[in-house]
Amino acid sequence: MSTVRFLKARDIAPWLEELSRDFTVLAPAQHGSSIVFREFDPARGIELSQLSTTPAKRALLPPCETLFEYETTKTLEPPYKTSIELKPTLPEGKSVVFGARPCDARAMQIFDRVYNGDQVKDPYYTARRDNATIVTLACSEQEEACFCDRVGGSPVDATGSDILLTPLKAGYVAEALTPKGEKLLKSTSFMKAEGLRQEALNSRNRILEQVPERSSFLDMERNLLSLFGDLGFWDKTAEACLSCGACTYLCPTCYCFNITDETRGESGRRIRTWDNCMSSQFTLEGSGHNPRPSKAHRMRNRIGHKFSYYPQLHDKTLACVGCGRCVSNCPVSFDIRNAVACAIQQAGAIQEQAHD
Amino acid sequence: MTSNPPNVYLPDMATIVEVVQETPAIKTFRVVLNSEERMQAFNFEPGQVGQLSVLGVGESTFVINSPPTRKDYLQFSVMKVGELTSRLHRLKAGDQIGVRAPLGNAFPYESMKGKNIVFIGGGIGMAPLRTLLLFMLDNRADYGDITLLYGARSPRDMAYGYEVEEWLQRKDMRTVLTVDNGTPEWKHKVGLIPNILREINPSPENTVAVTCGPPIMIKFTVQALQELGFDDEQVVTTLEKRMKCGVGICGRCNMGTSYVCKDGPVYTLAQLKQLPNEM
Repeated sequence: MSTVRFLKARDIAPWLEELSRDFTVLAPAQHGSSIVFREFDPARGIELSQLSTTPAKRALLPPCETLFEYETTKTLEPPYKTSIELKPTLPEGKSVVFGARPCDARAMQIFDRVYNGDQVKDPYYTARRDNATIVTLACSEQEEACFCDRVGGSPVDATGSDILLTPLKAGYVAEALTPKGEKLLKSTSFMKAEGLRQEALNSRNRILEQVPERSSFLDMERNLLSLFGDLGFWDKTAEACLSCGACTYLCPTCYCFNITDETRGESGRRIRTWDNCMSSQFTLEGSGHNPRPSKAHRMRNRIGHKFSYYPQLHDKTLACVGCGRCVSNCPVSFDIRNAVACAIQQAGAIQEQAHD
Repeated sequence: MTSNPPNVYLPDMATIVEVVQETPAIKTFRVVLNSEERMQAFNFEPGQVGQLSVLGVGESTFVINSPPTRKDYLQFSVMKVGELTSRLHRLKAGDQIGVRAPLGNAFPYESMKGKNIVFIGGGIGMAPLRTLLLFMLDNRADYGDITLLYGARSPRDMAYGYEVEEWLQRKDMRTVLTVDNGTPEWKHKVGLIPNILREINPSPENTVAVTCGPPIMIKFTVQALQELGFDDEQVVTTLEKRMKCGVGICGRCNMGTSYVCKDGPVYTLAQLKQLPNEM
């Protein structure tokens, strides 16, 4: 049976300070009007009162990382040969993500299937993943934009977490779910608390009871396919979209990236950076041909990827965890929940017609 | 002790051994991996692609257009269309480039054995077809009648001129050339590829059509093939896409569930019809 401990609220900061000696600790902190995951700094503190503005994905896939460095050497004498040396820069060191929410932790498993799959191992990702411990804080309530319950999760879901924290009065019940989590609970910052296991469970059940009954977005991957030929539908859906990419950058499950080179003199580096599939540049080919020329094409791909393509490739798991960050932060109030609900309705109508 | 899996993003450094100016816009680069061991062990199938790196500029995808039956070097033909290809065109023999290859799938050359083959190539789209054509010519007895229809904008835009002459002379294949705009010296056809294809009128019986070219050409060629009675399973094409990772992660080359960099670039028309139309 897994270890259960109790962490007083006032002991969080000392514990994270202790962890900071051996780990890079990422925790949500206030940054202007936003809450963002950044390296823990006692002076800055942590902010757990609401869902962070940015997801925790940067712990496994940084917004920008070096894949390798290169250095060019030229001989000064004829026949003037050039050689190029490549130096891969694999990430080192261990990290702890503190205060991820169930949606964030679940999203990391969506990354795992792509970056650490049977066919492909992304060495940068796997190095970070192997060395990361995820400490998840169960949500006390669903915020307005949240819909984790509609995509296979819940506010207290432990999927993908090494430790699950359940808030009680004056502190948190910490349950280790993996050996990595067990190790972290050995700290003297924690109090013994086997007796609180049931109380934590009761608390989580009370939170679950508050989740409203509403329609699920699961098992619709084939339905969506029937809309792929209807560009008019996607045109209407994407009408207001500015292609700004806020949704993709703030999405805990969006993992697309770009690869570019940066050169200074004779040396440089190849980097990868988060990318945005809503941008027309994303698929623009050198010849000028663009296979996703309109917002409608790009919206179809974005929603299709999350709710149809990914589930078809990965055991029906949706590539959306319902965190609602794309809903809360869209400058034109695009609501993916409405788009998906409309798609389900429209696809249903098409199927009914087909049966008539 | 198990060794670490290879770093999928790390190119092999290679030396350009020869550059051939094919047309004003197309150059062919013959490259050899710097590691003799890696070059010896390099295996690929016709149709597979590679990412070429000009360090400091970036990477782009090109088909390996030498056949696996000829392994002195790896050959890539590059049409100058953008920043990376322009920089590639400035490279000379002796210069260094990065190669990540082989990537993707291959032409179904095994299941094509015993069948007649019709190649329909437009412009730089001849590059991948050339690989398969040479492979089949090197294994000539395995295949039935071979027809090549190769078109370009004008006579000077036809690549592989040195081989085209040889193909025209060969008795064991039929070669038809066409250009959109002829010149007084041009002795071959003038007209768009789909129209010339209708003229040639190949029989679909026991035949596979393999086509590659600009998306608009593929679209109308497919229409012509359908009129001629070819089924979707009998039409094979290979697609160009903007690719970055080359291993099915970065997300820009997918058509629905299929990633052109790993599940393609070779598809049958039947397979393409199952996917959202994003050619």
